[in-house]
Amino acid sequence: MSEQVNTSVNEPGDERSEELAESSVTRPDMSAPEPAEEQHAAVPPSDVDTVARAEETPERELPYAELGLKDDEYARVREILGRRPTSAELAIYSVMWSEHCSYKSSRVHLRQFADKAPQSDALLVGMGENAGVVDVGNGWAVTFKIESHNHPSYVEPYQGAATGVGGIVRDIISMGARPVAVMDSLRFGPPDVPDTRRVLDGVVRGVGGYGNCLGLPNIGGEVVFDPCYSANPLVNALCVGVLKPEDIKRAIAPGPGNKVILFGAGTGPDGIGGASVLASATFDEESQQKRPSVQVGDPFMEKLLIECCLEIFAEDLVVGIQDLGAAGVSCATTELAAAGTGGMDIDLTRVPLRDATLRPEEILMSESQERMMAVVEPAKVERFLELCAKWDVPATVIGDVTDTGRLRMTWHGATIVDIPPGTAADEGPVYERPYEPPADLAQLQADGPGRLPRPVTAEDLRNTVVWLAGSPNLADKSFVTSQYDRFVLGNTVLATPEDAGVIRIGDGPQGIALATDGNGRYARLDPYAGAQLALSEAYRNVATTGARPLAVTNCLNFGSPEDPGVMWQFARAVEGLADACQALGVPVTGGNVSFYNQTGSTPINPTPVIGVLGVHDDVNRRVRMSFNIEGTTLLLLGETRPELGGSEWANVVFQHLGGLPPLVDLAAEAALASVLVTGAREGVLNAAHDLSDGGLSQSLVESCLRGGLGCVISLPDDPFVELFSESVARAVVAVYPEHEERVAALCQAAGVPVRRLGTVGGDAFEVEGLFSIPLSELREVHQGALPALFG
Amino acid sequence: MSARVGVITFPGSLDDRDAARAVRLADAEPVSLWHAEADLLGVDAVILPGGFSYGDYLRAGAIARFAPLMEKLVAAAGDGLPVLGICNGFQVLCESHLLPGALTRNAGLHFVCRSQRLRIENAGTAWTQDYEEGQEVVVPVKNMDGCYVADRATLDELESTGRVVARYLDVNPNGSLNDIAGICNEAGNVVGLMPHPEHAVEALTGPSTEGLGFFTSAVKKLVQS
Repeated sequence: MSEQVNTSVNEPGDERSEELAESSVTRPDMSAPEPAEEQHAAVPPSDVDTVARAEETPERELPYAELGLKDDEYARVREILGRRPTSAELAIYSVMWSEHCSYKSSRVHLRQFADKAPQSDALLVGMGENAGVVDVGNGWAVTFKIESHNHPSYVEPYQGAATGVGGIVRDIISMGARPVAVMDSLRFGPPDVPDTRRVLDGVVRGVGGYGNCLGLPNIGGEVVFDPCYSANPLVNALCVGVLKPEDIKRAIAPGPGNKVILFGAGTGPDGIGGASVLASATFDEESQQKRPSVQVGDPFMEKLLIECCLEIFAEDLVVGIQDLGAAGVSCATTELAAAGTGGMDIDLTRVPLRDATLRPEEILMSESQERMMAVVEPAKVERFLELCAKWDVPATVIGDVTDTGRLRMTWHGATIVDIPPGTAADEGPVYERPYEPPADLAQLQADGPGRLPRPVTAEDLRNTVVWLAGSPNLADKSFVTSQYDRFVLGNTVLATPEDAGVIRIGDGPQGIALATDGNGRYARLDPYAGAQLALSEAYRNVATTGARPLAVTNCLNFGSPEDPGVMWQFARAVEGLADACQALGVPVTGGNVSFYNQTGSTPINPTPVIGVLGVHDDVNRRVRMSFNIEGTTLLLLGETRPELGGSEWANVVFQHLGGLPPLVDLAAEAALASVLVTGAREGVLNAAHDLSDGGLSQSLVESCLRGGLGCVISLPDDPFVELFSESVARAVVAVYPEHEERVAALCQAAGVPVRRLGTVGGDAFEVEGLFSIPLSELREVHQGALPALFG
Repeated sequence: MSARVGVITFPGSLDDRDAARAVRLADAEPVSLWHAEADLLGVDAVILPGGFSYGDYLRAGAIARFAPLMEKLVAAAGDGLPVLGICNGFQVLCESHLLPGALTRNAGLHFVCRSQRLRIENAGTAWTQDYEEGQEVVVPVKNMDGCYVADRATLDELESTGRVVARYLDVNPNGSLNDIAGICNEAGNVVGLMPHPEHAVEALTGPSTEGLGFFTSAVKKLVQS
């Protein structure tokens, strides 16, 4: 039987192959892929594991353990298929059921985001699609999502970070949107560890190299250093896109007879096993040997894909579309088929290759970048291929949608895959992993910052202000962000170091604001509060620019889910985030979980990174952080408590982590936001800056240096607490004297404590009766720190 | 009738929409030109925008110069058509030999994006007539390969004939010889500029609106002629 199948593989009379060959587009310029027949002529078909052969040789052992499947998972595959899988089917199940693709450890917890989702009229597409979509009014919708590329960025920092940007941008294109901006949330080891320079330099070049070449402004993000990220950096990339609500695209393959088109870059050997091996295993000494597993990016091809897709969408040429990311062709075919009519026939021989020696299993697992898969009605295929040719984007019809309920794939005519697609895409294993608080948590929480000696004298206080301003986490990040284009597309209203990135939509005046935040130190002390504090800060940052917070995305970076302590951190963080989103009325629209962030058995600090999207009715009303008007009055909004657990003061001065993080107060956060948004709308705020890491001291330093003017303030209570506490729901605003009364009234109406701090002016940061620090001195330490470390 | 200013889109052009917006704000009509069509559509002036045409593969601007449209453009430039190359467009103009010299990797080996102060050295070109000689403007600079180099004789000629159009002040962001930010051809109709005036045309999104003068200069000249 199998012999018969095999003799037919190179049969030129195969009607379907010929039909497909005609519709294949040859690229007019450089590196045109060879026609598929020639590519595969060298592959002897006799060693291909076909379905027929699998039925004949049930006893044959397959390397499922090496591919990451557990014994019981493999047994389930056999049960689903009623036979042993072929090696190609095993490839599909192993990547689709990997932690990265199936969310098998996190799924039971993530349900809370849906169960506790606040009522929101704005939500057009929720979790589960490539990215969530929210209605921002006036006929516009916005799609945004953040995703991790942590492990690849340690192995190969440049390509890991670059393809992290590329992947999230394709998610946004897949929704039918034009990408309009990117952000990046980065975590590295301590600056004085030599390897940090390698990782930071490569990651920053990668983020910039890809994003700049793609023509997307980088409008914000974070750069944080901590020993826990030494051998496990975090690279979380966010992309936001804009579209009309009626143009939303879905990852579905409906309509039997419709054509499946693979377009974009050729499929190569890069990233094979990337999803299942790299993202689902802990690093050890062998990680250097995994270099070929990291994908290689081509931002030029991605730029062509963006423009090509937008023209294809404008002519309404697709019924479904999906980008190829982790698990490549396996993921795209199973997910499209499972969400559509249910069946698909694919001729893998048709996939254009960069390496003619690739076997079908490798084609299925390859994570080559810059590829998309579209489902197109037969009458529209010709026009689709014409537009691809216009943009020099190779495109090939590789199969058809069917109503068989089966995903079938052939290789030179022989069937090598025949599975119900939903079993791979949606019915992966689900684990309720055991969890309990980390053994050292109680001890950590008991070791509060109260035992740390505080600066008492005026000189000690002054020196602490300067010390913090020049510490790596609080220092100016221009060394990093000046490597990113923030101007391209001409709609960037605000970018780093402002509290949030702000982008104008359409011809204005409408716009959006975006901020990402996450504090692993807080989350280590209390993951439930830590996740809420990350949301609080991002929410506050968006509101500080005057935008109304609307929706949330998240990237949950944790250690191994097989460690009960880590699983407990994860469960608590998800619960905290879901509860806080409900309280603040901002739904989670999508996100990403990254497990196995650890070195040996030591996990990173749990690091939920939260992105908040806000809306500006009129971006001309946005509020900036800079103090640039002499004589404006400084007001402190919110309540300051002696909260220094997990603070930057404790970190910088004592490398201390212990106690409890600041108290979460979501009601106060919402009240503060309402004052900031109303104040911006009424034009009574000249400047506003949120208080977070480093407290009031750091916020004033940043706003003074940004605007070029100093300030004189008075601190009647405990100046140490007032300067360095990290209590939430606080912001400092600069207002013209004639608006003081109005801002005070807004605060009173919202129940937000307000206190007059002092005035803007001069060329020093002065606290009356205590100290005066020339801005030139602060500028030198603040702006000089990172260039001195990495320049 | 307003002037029609063409903006070329190569594969990998990024700032083509921005250039078109700047043309609109200068009260002219932007016309999209496609690299593969050998037709200038009768436009009165042409802008080669910033970006990474062909991914900067091989060398920035090296592949774009062979686009079918470029042959037409080189001929028209010889006949006096005002042409402005910004960033990648500057690189394409050098590769096409419409302008002398070359743009190489930044001295610091990093991509550099910053708001840059410039001095307009020559207010007599087709693209700088709305400025005063010696006027200082702030516009963004953002590039990986922005280091202008030429042999000594070429530099001397550029300097002695007033063909340095703009110079970096305060900081030389990329190591360009003589702090050169932009140059023009002998006739003054072809200008290459590494900084991005199209990103300094609106107070809301730019560090200033001082880049608009490049666009109004060309438009005014066209209306006058």
